[in-house]
Amino acid sequence: MRDKPLVALAIVVVLAAIAVGYAVGRRKAPPPPSPAAETTTAYSPADNAGAPPASGQIDAIRRGIPVDQEGEPPLMARVENTDVKRNRAYPMQPPTIPHSIDNYQIDRNSNRCLLCHARANADKFQAPPVSVTHYMDRDDQFLATISPRRYFCNQCHVVQTDAKPLVANNFKDIDTILSGQIDQPQQKAN
Amino acid sequence: MGARIRSWLVAVWRTMRRPSVHYSLGFLVLGGFIAGVIFWGAFNTALEATNSEAFCTGCHEMRDNVFQELKATIHYTNRSGVRATCPDCHVPHRWTDKIARKMQASKEVWGKLFGTIDTREKFLDHRLELAEHEWARLKANDSLECRNCHNYASMDLTRQSARAAEIHKRWLGSGEKTCIDCHKGIAHHLPDMTGIPQG
Ligand code: HEC
Ligand code: HEC
Ligand code: HEC
Ligand code: HEC
Ligand code: HEC
Ligand code: HEC
Repeated sequence: MRDKPLVALAIVVVLAAIAVGYAVGRRKAPPPPSPAAETTTAYSPADNAGAPPASGQIDAIRRGIPVDQEGEPPLMARVENTDVKRNRAYPMQPPTIPHSIDNYQIDRNSNRCLLCHARANADKFQAPPVSVTHYMDRDDQFLATISPRRYFCNQCHVVQTDAKPLVANNFKDIDTILSGQIDQPQQKAN
Repeated sequence: MGARIRSWLVAVWRTMRRPSVHYSLGFLVLGGFIAGVIFWGAFNTALEATNSEAFCTGCHEMRDNVFQELKATIHYTNRSGVRATCPDCHVPHRWTDKIARKMQASKEVWGKLFGTIDTREKFLDHRLELAEHEWARLKANDSLECRNCHNYASMDLTRQSARAAEIHKRWLGSGEKTCIDCHKGIAHHLPDMTGIPQG
């Protein structure tokens, strides 16, 4: 065979390439995960109360529990039924509902909310009647009855539960911002 | 023909009037008593059997419509584990009322035979009418069935939500309204309520 040395050379080159690749890859690879590190981040059943996982990632469905483990469901949150109105964060916010609404029927046949919140029933149930915006269509015309786009109250109004918030919220309402501005020296005069 | 029946009736009448020659008076009295007890028992058993949820839901008209809706409500499952079944709300517990309600119920057998509500669509068409009968009944008896379980005198208003307590004190305490005035649709879905006063 005339090209025997050529084949031998090719084999040597390939082997060398493999050796170099192996060495480089080894140096760059992160250290293999140690079992100890894994258990510290893993889910422990004691603190399953819905606290956000420490990694900062929101995992509302599995709450950081590894997929091969069965987690204990957190206690179900209860609807706050205190009948005490809450503050609105801004003037146009639909107020949150301060009472429970379990099994209230809202469909074509009947609207349980309007039993109490209709204009005509305010005296009987001592509930605040829906405001005038609920009678306006999208051209700002006033209708005689509740506007169809306001019929399904839960689109905008929701109950609150005692569940812990999953993400922090640093919303500041306008009053806070205004008072903050007064404290600071005015930057621009006008 | 008429004469034949008359002579037969006369014969029966004679036999019934003639004093017994074979049985002692004691046997007859005791026998009559036992027969009476058995008859009474059978009657009551039959009444009980027709007074259960299983009986009511035996008819698909009741099972597929109202029963399915009841399952989602507080009267089917709740934290105290007390169940309200169909007869608790629909058949009065007092005996005379019970018979009266059963007589009315024979109408339902007609309904079954003639299929007044044998499809969901027909049921929905008739629903308002059926519901109105129930509202009228509960209004007339001051929500007797509700009060068999819920007694205003035993309600601890301080343990109710503020909303409920205030309303109950004002309207129930004064006797101006009864449960069904405000709590329509507590067990089933409501039909089209336009024009029907609630509360
Ligand atoms: C049985 C009567 C009744 C029914 C039914 C009812 N509410 Fe209320 N609602 C009240 C009363 C009374 C208040 C005043 C605060 C309190 O006592 O809870 C109120 C307060 C509210 C408020 C707060 C208003 C504010 O200014 O903060 C909202 C929003 C509300 N209800 C929405 C609803 C919605 C939506 C429904 C239907 C899912 C509903 N309500 C059904 C009686 C009722
Ligand atoms: C499209 C969103 C939307 C829908 C649907 C809606 N609302 Fe509102 N609601 C609002 C907003 C926004 C406000 C606050 C500003 C205002 O009064 O218009 C409000 C205010 C209210 C208030 C307080 C009124 C007051 O004067 O304090 C009540 C009570 C209320 N809504 C009840 C209802 C009921 C009952 C329904 C269902 C029939 C309903 N809302 C449907 C957006 C909505
Ligand atoms: C034979 C099948 C059948 C059974 C068993 C049955 N129902 Fe009905 N039910 C019907 C039908 C059919 C109607 C509709 C009658 C009509 O058209 O007026 C009806 C109507 C009703 C109504 C409305 C009554 C009214 O005044 O309009 C009530 C309430 C009711 N049923 C409750 C019950 C209860 C409680 C039971 C068990 C004790 C029961 N049903 C068992 C077939 C049945
Ligand atoms: C067999 C007994 C029984 C009968 C009959 C009965 N109830 Fe109830 N009801 C209960 C029980 C038990 C509860 C649940 C109590 C709990 O755990 O909070 C309840 C709960 C309720 C509630 C509270 C609903 C809620 O969401 O908190 C209302 C309102 C009510 N019943 C109204 C009625 C009315 C109206 C009637 C008559 C049509 C009626 N009940 C008939 C046993 C009964
Ligand atoms: C004037 C109207 C009215 C009448 C009459 C009335 N209720 Fe109520 N009831 C209410 C309202 C409003 C609530 C609170 C809102 C809700 O649960 O829908 C309530 C709530 C309840 C609750 C739940 C209590 C809670 O803490 O949430 C029960 C149980 C109840 N009613 C039973 C009855 C019974 C039984 C009767 C008849 C003896 C009756 N009600 C009569 C208006 C009424
Ligand atoms: C907590 C009490 C309660 C229980 C339990 C209950 N019902 Fe009713 N039912 C009512 C009331 C109140 C009405 C009047 C209509 C309404 O307000 O929804 C009614 C109405 C009906 C009607 C007339 C049609 C309609 O939906 O309005 C039928 C049929 C009926 N019930 C059958 C049953 C059957 C069958 C069961 C058992 C599976 C049952 N009900 C359990 C309270 C009850």
